[in-house]
Amino acid sequence: MQSANVNRLTPYLFLAPAAIIMAVALLYPIGYMIYASFLDWNPSQRIGEAEFVGLRNYINLLSDASFRESFWVTLKFAAIVVSLEMFLGVGLALLLDRNIRGMSLLRTLFILPMMIAPIVVGLMWRYMYHPTVGIFNRTLKSMGLDPVPWLSDGNWAFASVVIADVWQWTPFIFILSLAALQSLPQSAMEASRIDGATGWQQVIYIKLPLMLPVLIVTLLLRLIDAFKVLEVILVLTNGGPGLSTEILSLRISRTASEFRELGEAAAMSNYLLILLMILTFGMFFYNKAMEVRAARLRKAAEEDL
Amino acid sequence: MPRIVFDQVAKSYGAVEVLPPFDLALNDGEFTVLVGPSGCGKSTTLRMLAGLETLSGGEIYFDDKPISKLDPKERDLAMVFQDYALYPHMNIAKNMSFALRLARVSKPEIEEKVQRVAEMLNIAHLLDRKPAELSGGQRQRVAMGRALVRDAGTFLFDEPLSNLDAKLRGKMRAELAEMRDTIDKNMVYVTHDQVEAMTLGDRIVVMSDGLIQQQGSPEELFKSPANKFVAGFIGSPTMNFVDGELVAEQDTVWVRGDGFHLPLDAETSARVQNARDRQITLGLRPSSFTTDLTQGAPIELRIVVSEYLGAQSVLVTRCGSGEILVETQSAAPVKSGTTQTFGVLTDELMIFDKTSGLKL
Repeated sequence: MQSANVNRLTPYLFLAPAAIIMAVALLYPIGYMIYASFLDWNPSQRIGEAEFVGLRNYINLLSDASFRESFWVTLKFAAIVVSLEMFLGVGLALLLDRNIRGMSLLRTLFILPMMIAPIVVGLMWRYMYHPTVGIFNRTLKSMGLDPVPWLSDGNWAFASVVIADVWQWTPFIFILSLAALQSLPQSAMEASRIDGATGWQQVIYIKLPLMLPVLIVTLLLRLIDAFKVLEVILVLTNGGPGLSTEILSLRISRTASEFRELGEAAAMSNYLLILLMILTFGMFFYNKAMEVRAARLRKAAEEDL
Repeated sequence: MPRIVFDQVAKSYGAVEVLPPFDLALNDGEFTVLVGPSGCGKSTTLRMLAGLETLSGGEIYFDDKPISKLDPKERDLAMVFQDYALYPHMNIAKNMSFALRLARVSKPEIEEKVQRVAEMLNIAHLLDRKPAELSGGQRQRVAMGRALVRDAGTFLFDEPLSNLDAKLRGKMRAELAEMRDTIDKNMVYVTHDQVEAMTLGDRIVVMSDGLIQQQGSPEELFKSPANKFVAGFIGSPTMNFVDGELVAEQDTVWVRGDGFHLPLDAETSARVQNARDRQITLGLRPSSFTTDLTQGAPIELRIVVSEYLGAQSVLVTRCGSGEILVETQSAAPVKSGTTQTFGVLTDELMIFDKTSGLKL
């Protein structure tokens, strides 16, 4: 009897450490942040001393022009970099998915940027973008062209930040796409060759659709990351000039440290969190629904055979 | 439909030669089965014909046209793959019409063709499903349908039934046999299952270790196999092989071995006269035994196990120290552990050279 009880409890015993770590490291900070977003809280106060203001932070933010600007910059940034990275990453993967000499070296080279710490990437690009000694302007000058205000003009600064991000994160999409490509069912490829598909037709009708599940997850991961990007932009432009590159995470960090509004910063984080949750759950439920549908139809098929 | 000729075709992967140069001609409109154990090169041969593998040497001709440099799509082929190779993201109608859509066939024509083939294969009600929503047998039909819709000159089948369970395989085999008679195309079919080969093939090409062992009609292969490999591969239960020696007594040659002493018929006797000093292996089909002792030469066998299969039973017996399978009608009762005398139909005996394996 007793041993039966012990047996029943064993799994929970093994799960307990992970559950405790989850609770302490994940749920507690998130709960803390959500609670803080309802407070008017100055960093000099202890959390218990802060005034509870309900949804005021959230409502204030909605009418805050700078927050809305940041939100817009973030959306624009995420949409542009992720589209570019997907296009380039998938394109490269399609090009390099073949067995020719030296390909493994080339692949390794391609994924190097991803391994560099973002702060370093920011610094690197800041030197390259430097108005007088940076390689870009020096090159332009040596060709007799006018220098470009890489980081000092609003539009150029945004483009510069996009370029740096695309440089760093295209490899991420590249390796995941390559892995997806190499795990595609080989016989379906062969069948399509027999069916008369050219290389392009194979890409469009077979490879891309079959890679889609992986691409969707990759897209989602990149999108979440792009919404939270901070270091590179912090180092390159610190949000400027004006608010042209002030993405949301930068604004959150400044609200907390410069403006000393912890409650409002927490509310902003929550807006970002909500946005990402909508994306993630949307994708999750879509996948789930498709799986359930497929399973049901297959069951029906087995029965009416 | 072209006549397909393999002329000194060879295939190696690096230094490993999987198919030494061979010749093979497939007649127009014939159902040819390439059969052999796994690794014998039959699938490679088919894939070279399909254009999925390059040739390491030689040339394949469709009529007089060399095709080894052509893309698969330029060879006017349709193929059914072992794992069906359906496009998972397309529904059945789209799967079946893919080639036609690529070839820019008009929409009504595509619909008409897909519908006709789907009805023939009993999958018309599945057209808007995805492959993952079908059972194994249904997927198999779709794969077949996708090939049939093409209306290509040559159909290739790469072990199309091997992923089905036994019952379904039998059913599909019968349907294929029926289809073979209604569709007048070149068909090349690869299988490791000799039953499939025997029931489907107009002509069977038996392969082993990259070599063509023999080709011919099912009957020829069964009745006069070229060597021990073919004799053992074709027919079920498999042929019994026992070592022995040839002894001449008057104008009849006898085979003598451990526990048996059997006369050969006149025709075989005449053929093996000159091989009397060679070491030989006797081949005995399990079906060559009879319990009617008025027919055939007597042989005494000790019954070890009786495997009851319904109307027939397969007896595992001992003859001297060797093992012999005997097929009998279940109606005649046999007891394990007893010794019984059977008649051997001597005109069905085969003599093989022990070292080369060639039939004498």
